[in-house]
Amino acid sequence: MSPAADAHRPPRFLKAVYVYEVPVRLWHWINALSITVLAVTGYFIASPPPGVPGEASANYLMGYIRFAHFAAGYVFAIGFIARLYWAFAGNHHARQLFRFPFWNLGWWRELWTEARWYLFLERKPRLYVGHNPLAQFAMFWCIAVGSVFMIVTGFALYSEGTGRGTWQDTLFGWVIPLFGQSQDVHTWHHLGMWMIILFVMVHVYAAVREDIMSRQSIISTMVSGVRTFKDAEAPADADPEPPPPRITLEDARVPAAERERAG
Amino acid sequence: MARLETFYEVMRRQGITRRSFLKYCSLTAAALGLGPELVPDIVHAMETKPRTPVLWLHGLECTCCSESFIRSAHPLVKDVVLSMISLDYDDTLMASAGHQAEAILEEVMEEYKGNYILAVEGNPPLNEDGMFCIVGGRPFVEQLRMVARDAKAVISWGSCASFGCVQAARPNPTRATPVHEVITDKPIIKVPGCPPIAEVMTGVITYMLTFDRIPELDRQGRPKMFYSQRIHDKCYRRPHFDAGQFVEAFDDEAARKGHCLYKVGCKGPTTYNACSTIRWNEGTSFPIQAGHGCIGCSEDGFWDKGSWYARLTDIHAFGIEANADRIGATAALGVGGAIAAHAAISALKRARHKGDV
Repeated sequence: MSPAADAHRPPRFLKAVYVYEVPVRLWHWINALSITVLAVTGYFIASPPPGVPGEASANYLMGYIRFAHFAAGYVFAIGFIARLYWAFAGNHHARQLFRFPFWNLGWWRELWTEARWYLFLERKPRLYVGHNPLAQFAMFWCIAVGSVFMIVTGFALYSEGTGRGTWQDTLFGWVIPLFGQSQDVHTWHHLGMWMIILFVMVHVYAAVREDIMSRQSIISTMVSGVRTFKDAEAPADADPEPPPPRITLEDARVPAAERERAG
Repeated sequence: MARLETFYEVMRRQGITRRSFLKYCSLTAAALGLGPELVPDIVHAMETKPRTPVLWLHGLECTCCSESFIRSAHPLVKDVVLSMISLDYDDTLMASAGHQAEAILEEVMEEYKGNYILAVEGNPPLNEDGMFCIVGGRPFVEQLRMVARDAKAVISWGSCASFGCVQAARPNPTRATPVHEVITDKPIIKVPGCPPIAEVMTGVITYMLTFDRIPELDRQGRPKMFYSQRIHDKCYRRPHFDAGQFVEAFDDEAARKGHCLYKVGCKGPTTYNACSTIRWNEGTSFPIQAGHGCIGCSEDGFWDKGSWYARLTDIHAFGIEANADRIGATAALGVGGAIAAHAAISALKRARHKGDV
């Protein structure tokens, strides 16, 4: 469909949809912050900074680094549990992160289309209110599964310090013999950090690029919660029934101020 | 066979006074970390229980466990071997040899069926039908299976018996296999270490004989009383770790000041053992006190975790040895490059189709 043809048709779809509710956005940015703290301090725990001079009693550098890591770890874990709760309490976009529609052939086909768009083989990407299938794939494995992996291995390592019989040990201590020994859990936890760093690199790049090149807003959406579209075609994941205009109105429960801001 | 003497009878026969006997019981209680109210229990057990026969087998090993064991100071190994247990078979320590020695094995097995303790030093190699370790003309694995059949419990001495140790390190040509993977129907107490601390070895035996039960074990089958904490948790250099003061090289100023050995590869933070509390050679010292990092000898597969002088483990799956940081940084560089290239192509494409969408 050419843009020219588009222009003559009445708009089938609203140009702004409220996608990410407040808890989702709040979690996203808290999570981003805690991951940053965790990655930096985690790296220093494995490879400490140069030694500090003076008496041991006057310094507590590793203590502070480890404290920051553990505190951020708690924020990360509690945030994840709260986000999991919101998957049930929030709108259907909040559930997307935890879903992997393995048996949905159409989803795989759309994932392939999206991959072709990134390989410059498609002229036009499809429109999505939520995540496109490729993004959903990466989110599910790196953030949903990846967070569980990092929380479980992280608390298992933390339980070594809290000691036998603590709740951390009771809940997560079994992880250590599962991997072999403590050293192996350290190694896997460390590799997990790099996996998340790679995800963040791709995630930030894709978000910036999509914001510029695709037909919907990305970055501002995670701030305001509103997805805006640059043309009037219906997104690929818009619900087919009832007819598009009504459903979008119903979906677009945007406070008046935010709608204005979103244009 | 005559009734076995009790511990007490044996000690009195050796000319030990009752006063010394009671002192010995108190000391044993202290060594096991038991309160004074449990001393009468030990006295009672020593006075009434016959000595327990122990059969000590040697598989693929270096005898460092035995060497450590005979240096126990609290309790003295002499007391353990001569008064507490009836060490009926140990081909390294026993006087008899050859067929005579092997005959004792069968005799004890028959006489004390289900009541003797099997202590294993080393492990059985399973490749080539176990031909890499022959004891008395037969593969060791056969002897192990035979003796384990009627044993009350099995003690896996050292990292060899517990986890495999050096002979099971990659590529493990003889398929050396830890005891618990061969003997699966008996309670197994793992006492890892290369070797284990002497006092830990005699402490485990004393506990089992005194209370007639195996000590409480952790998830990996090690006695909780000796393997509940990491070297790091009780290390006297820990304040330097928390302060962020590290030895960077073995000849630097920090090394002279006795700072933390973490950066030169100390495995204390990932190693469960009692070295930093009980120490070695009658509590004289332990590796970290001597200025060298812990090598993690009581941990599963410690030979295969890369250099003893690096914190990060080598990961073998990647062919050439690499650690998590090298793999991660390489992947990040690759992805970063791909992103840059992709961004460049995206910009070009966009410039070419400007105004299309």
